Parts: sequence; structure tokens; C-alpha cells
Amino acid sequence: MTASSPTVASGAVRRSLTGHGPHWPSVVFQGLLAFSLLFTLLVLLILLLDIFSRGLPVLGQRGIGFLTSSLSSNPALAGVAQGLWGSFALAIMVAVLAFPLGIATAVYLEEYASESVLTRIININIRNLAGVPSIVYGLLGLAIFVGAFKALGVGNGRNVLAGGLTMSVLVLPIVIITASEALRAVPGTIREAGYGVGASRWEVTSRLVLPAAVPGILTGIVLSLSRALGETAPLILAGAVLGSFSSGNADILGQLFGPYTALPMVVFNWTKQPQQDFRQLAAAGIIVLLAVTLAANGLAIYLRNRYGRTW
Amino acid sequence: MAQAVSQTPPSIGTSLRGSRGRRRRESAINGILLAGTLISVLISVGIVLALLFQAIEFLRLVDWNSLLTIGWYPRRGLYDIPTLLLGSAIVTLIAMIVATPVGLLSAIYLSEYASPRTRSIIKPILEVLAGIPSVVLGFFALYWINPNIVQLIFPSAGAFNMTAAGIAVGILVIPLVASVAEDAMRAVPRSLREASYGLGSRRITTSLRVVFPAAISGIVAALILGISRGIGETMVVAIAAGGTGGALRAIDPLGAGQTITAAMASLATGSDQVQGGQAPYLSLFFLGLVLFVMTLLLNVVGDVFVRRTRQRY
Repeated sequence: MTASSPTVASGAVRRSLTGHGPHWPSVVFQGLLAFSLLFTLLVLLILLLDIFSRGLPVLGQRGIGFLTSSLSSNPALAGVAQGLWGSFALAIMVAVLAFPLGIATAVYLEEYASESVLTRIININIRNLAGVPSIVYGLLGLAIFVGAFKALGVGNGRNVLAGGLTMSVLVLPIVIITASEALRAVPGTIREAGYGVGASRWEVTSRLVLPAAVPGILTGIVLSLSRALGETAPLILAGAVLGSFSSGNADILGQLFGPYTALPMVVFNWTKQPQQDFRQLAAAGIIVLLAVTLAANGLAIYLRNRYGRTW
Repeated sequence: MAQAVSQTPPSIGTSLRGSRGRRRRESAINGILLAGTLISVLISVGIVLALLFQAIEFLRLVDWNSLLTIGWYPRRGLYDIPTLLLGSAIVTLIAMIVATPVGLLSAIYLSEYASPRTRSIIKPILEVLAGIPSVVLGFFALYWINPNIVQLIFPSAGAFNMTAAGIAVGILVIPLVASVAEDAMRAVPRSLREASYGLGSRRITTSLRVVFPAAISGIVAALILGISRGIGETMVVAIAAGGTGGALRAIDPLGAGQTITAAMASLATGSDQVQGGQAPYLSLFFLGLVLFVMTLLLNVVGDVFVRRTRQRY
């Protein structure tokens, strides 16, 4: 009514736009959000602190000897050498078997196969395989791979080859899915340009599409390698030794067909022991295991951030 | 039109198709790739057949009354399946009590609140958590979570109990729930958020009343996939929940217990490692089949929900 009314009105408008002081539900909600993130960070921090405070003294005391000594019922002598060797052998087998097969399947499904009911079924099938609990793959390894080696007369069939085959089958769907996603992200225009200059399908795939998809495929490969190195449950069933054994002075063949174990199995074994000393050993083993798997994971994240691109 | 084609010299047709050697190579590569794909498919058929035959063998071998008794003691011929189902349900429930709020709130933060810079820091942390082997979480559950959290709140809790195992499984499931839910919320079109802000909504209202309901299919999928992952988790429960010899049927989250997966692990690690042909050995495959069917159903349902969000926007 009066001359001062515009300023009163603008004050009211500003007040109602910016709110009357803090909006408490928003504050509480943002607190909850911060807490949820803090929770994850805290868990990670406590886990690492706990493990390092238990395991580092052992590593410091034993030094490189911890990595080079065999399993033993004497905690002062036990080391992870056999576990390291087994994990290395498993990783090699996964790299030789699962990676080529997985990438070939992804290339076929994305670049070659025509859209049909069959490819749809295969795609759904592979997605479901990725969700099967890892211990079920262990059963497959026990029934098929260990069984086959036993039938062929290779000891009791519980050897690192059976374990490696089991792990390869376990990571195969992950390799296929990540490679498919990487291939799908390559824009169609690149393919059309290739066909336009007269390239054949394989020439387009091998010279244009695959090179463009390499960062994504590499990320998937490293992630599945880290998965294979960290999995324990399938190995329990596929015959990795829980407890100490002697590889003796067996040659490489004897080691391939003889008893084996892997890094996470060694950790599992030590964790199960009641003595305090083995608890420390388990923590030291975990540090080695984390160094291996987290390094692989970190590499994957780095590769994706460094070389990953969006078209 | 058809005449025009037939009038082109035949040499152009062949040169377009390429030389015989080139065509042969193309079809050979096609064959190799197809063979690879078929192997992948054969594997899944192999899993199902391996489980099915031995599970049937188990059901033929045992007295069906032993599937409903007082507890799971395979070496004494007691194969009470409800004991294990209850164990899995308790551990998974506790896991989801931990993972649902933390996972969903993290997803809301990452999708609605975080700046690209914060996102690029927080995402890798979640990914590192996802990359920690489950045997490590088992160790952590047994020697840190149990004495420092569970036994502090419930002094009556034993050295091995399902609560500590459940919490650790929950920690393992957080990254999965967070990433599937975040994907779903990021798939909600910007226009919905802008419409909400245009009406004068706060960020909290936009997040909870617009984006969250719009992404509900994907969020349900995240929880279903989380449950499936929790049911299938083996090492944490095998280490921290105890019950290595067997377990009585009971609902006691503070006591030792066995889940389907832990029962399989302990069958395979028992002092007398499983021998072929006997009922305890075959029971492994029966449990495997139960587990396979349960997780498969959950994954299929989860997948349907994931695709529903993708189709809508």
C-alpha cells in the first residue's frame, strides 16, 4: 500500500526462495549421505590398519624368507612360496585359456553373429553364468576336471591344471561381458568407414574395432585376473591342498600333476588354525595377497581412466 | 532393376566378394569364433548336468526323512536342508541390513550430490572394496568385527557367530548395491530433475521424491542382486560363522551356524576329505544345485528389473 511495499515484497520473496535458516531435513539427509561414505572409507581403513598391524611385524622379522619358504606346521618356518607358485600357475592358465576364448566369444557375439533368438539366449546365458556363486564352479571343477584327470590316471586328479581350468571357467563370463561392452562402445561409423573402403569383416574387426576397444578389454582382463587370484571357494572343491604338503624336489611336470595350493588357500588355512602365531602369519599372507590383487585392481582402474574414452 | 544387375559384368560381382582365399579365410575365422562361443555355452550346460546327475544320485541314495531332521550333520547321515536355508537367510538378512542403507545412500550421493571431482575419488574407493578377496573379509570378521563390534554389543555372542559373518558379507555386498543403484539413478533423464527444480524443489526432494521413485526398478534390482551375492558368499561364512562339523536347526544369529555355501566348504575341507560315491560327497552336489537354482532365479528377476529401467528411458 505504501511506498515501502516493493522492498518488503522483495525481502519476502528472497526469504521464501532461500528458506528460513537451514532446512533441517536436508541437513540430516546430507549427514546420512556423508556417514554412508565415511562408513565405507572407515571399514577399508580399519581393515587395512588391523591387517598391517598384525602382519607387518612378521614380514619385517622374516623378510624375504616368508616369500620363499614352504608351508609348515611350525609357524616360525612357514611361508607362502607354494601359494605364490600355485597362484602364479593359476593366473597363467587363466591368461592362456579364458582370455582368448572370452575375447573370441565377445567378438563373435558383437561383430559376427546376427541378431537372432539364439544369440539372445547365449547372451542371457552368459550374464547368468556371471552371477553363479563361485563355489558352484568349484563343484564343476570337482565333477568334471578333477574327475577327468583322475580317470586319466594322473594321481588323484587334484592338480593345478584342474584348478586352472576351474578358474578359467569361472572368469570366462566376466571376460566376455567386459569385452562385449568394450566392443559395443566402439561407434558404428568406424566400422562403416572400414567397409566403405572395401575391408572385409575380419579386416574391420582386427584392424579397426579391436584396437579401439583395447583399453576396455584390458580393464576387463585385469579385473578378472584379480578375481582369479583372490578366489578361494572354488579351489577348496577343485582340490587345492589345505594344510602343508611337500612339493619336494619334483620337476615342473611333477609339480603340475602333484598337490598344489594357492595364496588365498594358504591364508584360509592359517586363519583356521587356533594358535595366535598362525593368526599373525595369516595377516602377513593377506598383505601379500592384497598387494597382488589390489595392484591388479588399481592397474585396471588406472587403465580405464587413462585410456578409456567415450565417443 | 533386376535386368540392370544381370547386365553388370560378372567380374565386378566376384571382385566385390573378394578372392577365393580371402573368402575362405573369412569363413574360417567365423568358424573359430563360433566354436569359442559354443564352448562358452557348453560350460553352462556342463554345470547344470554335473549338478543334476549327482544331485539325483544323492536323492536316490539317502532316506528322504533325513532331509528334514534336527540339523545338518552329513557325516552322521542327517541332511536337514532347512537348517542351511535358515542359516543362509540369517546371514543374508544381516548383510542386507548393513548393505541396503549404506549402498543406496552412497548411490544417491554419487548420482545426485557429488561433483565430478568427488565422484572420481569415491568411485575407486568402492572399487577397491569390491576387489578385496572374500577370505580377507573372513579374517576381518573373525578377528576384528566379532570382538570389537558384535561381542561389545552382545556379550553373549560366541567366538564364531553368524552376526559377525553377516556384517562382513554386507560389507562385501555394498559396492555391488551401490554401483547397480547408481547406474539406475543416473539413467533417469535430466529433464525430470530440471522439472523438479523448476517447481522449486530442494535437492533432497528431487533426490528422494523424483529420482528415487523413477529409478525404483533398478534399485530393486540392486537389492535382489545383492541378496543373490550374499547367499552365494562362501569364505566369510566358512571362516567366521563356525559350525564346521555341522549345525542344529536354530534361529540364533549370535550362535555358530552353517549356510548352504559354508556347509559345502566344510564338507570339502573336513579332515577326511570327501570321497566319491558316498552320500556326504553327493550331498555337495545337491546343495550346489539348490544354491544354483536360488541364485539363478534371483539373478533372472534382477535382470528383468534392470532392463525395465533401461527400456523406460
